[in-house]
Amino acid sequence: MNVVTPFEGIGASVKRKEDLRFLSGRGQYTDDIARPGQAYAYILRSPHAHARIRGIDAAAAKAMPGVVAIFTGADMTGVGSLPCGWQIHNKDGSPMAEPPHPVIAVDKVRHVGDPVAVVVAESKAQAKDAAEAINVDYEVLPAVATMEAALAPGAPQIHEGAPGNLCYDWHIGDKAVNDAAFANAYKVVKFETTNNRLVPNAMEPRAAIGDFDPATGEYTLYTTSQNPHVIRLLMGAFVLQIPEAKLRVVAPDVGGGFGSKIFHYAEEAIVTWAAGKLHRPVKWTAERTESFMSDAHGRDHVTTAELALDKDGKFLGLRVHTLANMGAYLSTFAPSVPTYLYATLLAGVYTTPTIYAEVKAVFTNTVPVDAYRGAGRPEATYLLERLVDVAAAEMGMDRVEIRRRNFIPADAFPYQTPVALQYDSGNYHATLDQALEVADWKGFEARRAEARARGKLRGIGISTYLEACGIAPSAVVGSLGARAGLYEVGTIRVHPTGSVTVLTGAHSHGQGHETTFAQLVADRLGVPVAQVDVVHGDTAKVPFGMGTYGSRSLAVGGSAMFKAMDKIIAKGKKIAAHLMEASVEDIEFDRGNFRVAGTDRSKSLAEIALAAYVPHNYPIEELEPGLEETAFYDPKNFTYPGGCHIAEVEIDPETGKVEMVNFTAVDDVGRVINPMIVEGQVHGGIAQGIGQALLEQAVYDENGQLLSASMMDYTMPRADDLPSVGVATHATLCTHNPLGVKGCGEVGAIGSPPAVINAVVDALRDYGVRHIEMPATPAKIWSIINAGRPKMAAE
Amino acid sequence: MYDFAYHKPTSIADAVKILSADPDARPISGGQTLLPALKHRLNKPSALVDLSAIAELRGIKRDGNKITIGAMTRHADVASNPEVKAAIPALARMAESIGDPQVRNRGTMGGSVSNNDPAADYPAAVLALNATLVTDKRRIAADDFFQGMFTTALEPGELLVAIEIPVPEKTGYAKMRNPASRYVMTGVFVARTGGNVRVAVNGAGPCVFRQTEMEKALTANWSPDAVANIKQSPEGLNGDIHGSAEYRAHLVTVMAKRAVADAG
Ligand SMILES: Cc1cc2nc3c(=O)[nH]c(=O)nc-3n(C[C@H](O)[C@H](O)[C@H](O)COP(=O)(O)OP(=O)(O)OC[C@H]3O[C@@H](n4cnc5c(N)ncnc54)[C@H](O)[C@@H]3O)c2cc1C
Repeated sequence: MNVVTPFEGIGASVKRKEDLRFLSGRGQYTDDIARPGQAYAYILRSPHAHARIRGIDAAAAKAMPGVVAIFTGADMTGVGSLPCGWQIHNKDGSPMAEPPHPVIAVDKVRHVGDPVAVVVAESKAQAKDAAEAINVDYEVLPAVATMEAALAPGAPQIHEGAPGNLCYDWHIGDKAVNDAAFANAYKVVKFETTNNRLVPNAMEPRAAIGDFDPATGEYTLYTTSQNPHVIRLLMGAFVLQIPEAKLRVVAPDVGGGFGSKIFHYAEEAIVTWAAGKLHRPVKWTAERTESFMSDAHGRDHVTTAELALDKDGKFLGLRVHTLANMGAYLSTFAPSVPTYLYATLLAGVYTTPTIYAEVKAVFTNTVPVDAYRGAGRPEATYLLERLVDVAAAEMGMDRVEIRRRNFIPADAFPYQTPVALQYDSGNYHATLDQALEVADWKGFEARRAEARARGKLRGIGISTYLEACGIAPSAVVGSLGARAGLYEVGTIRVHPTGSVTVLTGAHSHGQGHETTFAQLVADRLGVPVAQVDVVHGDTAKVPFGMGTYGSRSLAVGGSAMFKAMDKIIAKGKKIAAHLMEASVEDIEFDRGNFRVAGTDRSKSLAEIALAAYVPHNYPIEELEPGLEETAFYDPKNFTYPGGCHIAEVEIDPETGKVEMVNFTAVDDVGRVINPMIVEGQVHGGIAQGIGQALLEQAVYDENGQLLSASMMDYTMPRADDLPSVGVATHATLCTHNPLGVKGCGEVGAIGSPPAVINAVVDALRDYGVRHIEMPATPAKIWSIINAGRPKMAAE
Repeated sequence: MYDFAYHKPTSIADAVKILSADPDARPISGGQTLLPALKHRLNKPSALVDLSAIAELRGIKRDGNKITIGAMTRHADVASNPEVKAAIPALARMAESIGDPQVRNRGTMGGSVSNNDPAADYPAAVLALNATLVTDKRRIAADDFFQGMFTTALEPGELLVAIEIPVPEKTGYAKMRNPASRYVMTGVFVARTGGNVRVAVNGAGPCVFRQTEMEKALTANWSPDAVANIKQSPEGLNGDIHGSAEYRAHLVTVMAKRAVADAG
């Protein structure tokens, strides 16, 4: 039998398998799960940014109807601190300051939203009622809401173990070489910018259910996580001391993560611990306001950068000083974001020969800051792509030409940057040319003139970006301070009649893995997508894997599946050889068929599988029965997607409102498995990138109160804020993974913000604007227009 | 949300009886403002008096030169009503622009007017159209009704029954939305009724207000140019993370121009 699946393999826009259950309301999210007898947790949180807890009186609250228990930090004896997964070293080699992060605040609260007590009750309403009756005696302390305030001499100290509120003072690059490049420069362009603080705002708020079986001593945690095994490791080993065999972590359907659901959060430990104490399942679901003040925020850098150029506009050197906000505590990945995911990206797509970057990570009385879609790479890209535009303006050069002159040429790969990374492949001229063509860059001036006739200021902006994803080679990141391996695992289980279950350590929370991964199997093993089931998100079902973040699932997880399929095919060949009485070397395999070379004799995968599970006629002496293989894949390098984004905007000069009129993305994400899913990922990323550029900002007042603590004040992008986006891909293949894939989850959020701001600045060029900080809100733009006298008035 | 008693009277008289007997009882119409407040535990009414079963509070009718809109009339019905569309087109368009379809199919004109949120739409229309607010006890002129942020002339227990609007010659509305909430950041409603021009500004200040300088200018010359150079003082206007008082003051002029252009 010849199984052919021409429309489901690599390159086919197969409709997403998971959408039937999502669109028909049949998804199983954590909050949909109800364990028998479950109680509800409500977490009382600090209303103060910084305060000493003098005492907590919960006596009245404990007597309230329905209350099962109330726990404070003092009750959680033996519970460890929430661990940080990455250690950075200071310039002098000493380790970063790593103050404890108690699950529930003990003596002090350090940000608005810091947990102070947990009430467990028969209903959520009763838990809330009781929480209102808890009396916390706070001694309010002066707070530091900004990095500037935190670093000021005499600033209030947030942690005992972090003098001056400094987490680390780190650097990369050869300073002497860098200084020399600047000494010989024709021109030095200086640029300062703030990368705005964002609130991830996944559609599904975080939730967690702890469950404990007193009969077996087994704990189960259901949680909104991107990486259940990592949570099991961190929580089991460091926080609650539960052996892994006694702890199961399930991350069922998860409604968006964007990084914010990578981290091990206090609430996961609280419900698991409370379930063990109470011998009852305990459920917690965040309300939106709680998400704003307890989900890790993203970005929040303040940077000064200098670019040295020669007279032809070639970049001679780059020097960067960045302050990175860590918030009040170190979240799981936080220290790695402004260092190894940021400073190592500062070469971008350019041949800048020397780069020196200095990063100070700072504690403030704000929600912890950690990885958010792109994590470090959007900050690097924004800095570079704005800086290049500023440099072009100050050199009197064309924005496109200055980029071309500095691109790493297509024949220079593998390319070693001065900041540790070695790029394997790319073709930046090609993605640029394609994007210029699609966006009709040449025709722009006519569109600008036409807009001006309508009273609108039209601008166009470009960003040529690169990122590193497919995280990560374990040995490399281990040497850089990662405390975990970052490989991935995949199991291919061929069932007796030839259908397949895939077990993967990656986790899907919107990415469409159940479809893309099934396509890999369809393409290679010839099994129809409908007969491939992808299992993820349960430590009881899937071997130890690292989860999904950093656009790694396909590049690392898919590669593990590929390796497992190698093993399936190798074993299948042996079985086929036995059945067809041929030698193994003569067996060819192609999409589901094992054929004796040069003959018409063949066996389908299903026939081989049946023989493997019903081994009546089987090489039982040499081969075990069954057809299931597992592979662990540790990548040799990061992958390096890149490309070109072009944004076109129109500004209403009377209101300052920016309308996105056009957006073009040409991304090199390596081999494309499912173009529709890639397009969807790019769309989503661009929506978040446009959100960062024009709309979103977490704002704290000087006392550390979060002013943008709800959708009424935090501007999430909406459909009518977004243009229709033209997405195209241009593939150069990743050279070091078997699929040639690079990753597409973050490119949209990484490449787009500078393209948008470059377009806004271009639109305002007659007002003498050099830079405008994100988000470019109407009020901000109006104040520029109001202050600047347009040169064009004379025309 | 705290516990409360729930009543669903079928007449104005019954509703008023419950409300006057219990000072902590609150009427609820569309619930689009009150319910979120209850969910956030910002309010603790002893009872909710649901107005949705009172037929007398619903519906729109035209009687000569007067349009009467029942307090319980939903935004979606204001938006699609042929009489409103023909006689006060800017009001219909305004109703169509409030919130989203869910909000428009639940929220009511009476609820919005009684609530008097500075960032709400209707108060500007009601004030510019010189409407009369009819309650279970009395008739209140729009000029006397809106008294301050979330404050109206309604007394505790007093029920807004209907909004009576003299049919205008021309109406126009323009607003700049708050980018996050999409409520009004600054809006201007212009109306000419019986030769009389009234200009009402919402969103910009703590309470809807009339821009009398613009009214004079438009009386003399009904055109966008007439208001283009009239500056609103930022004094007393709202400033927040989305825009300063100066920005809102500037928007008053821009929106006034656009409202007149909208009116045609
Ligand atoms: C997502 C969202 C977006 C929104 N966007 C906008 C917008 O863009 N523009 C805008 O203007 N509004 C907006 N709103 C508010 C919406 O229009 C509300 O419906 C309106 O403000 C209140 O009307 P309601 O009928 O829902 O009143 P309710 O919420 O039921 O009541 C509001 C208040 O009025 C009192 N009340 C109600 N009826 C009477 C009465 N007959 N007599 C005396 N007191 C009464 C209640 O006791 C309560 O205090 C939005 C709301 C939501 C949820």
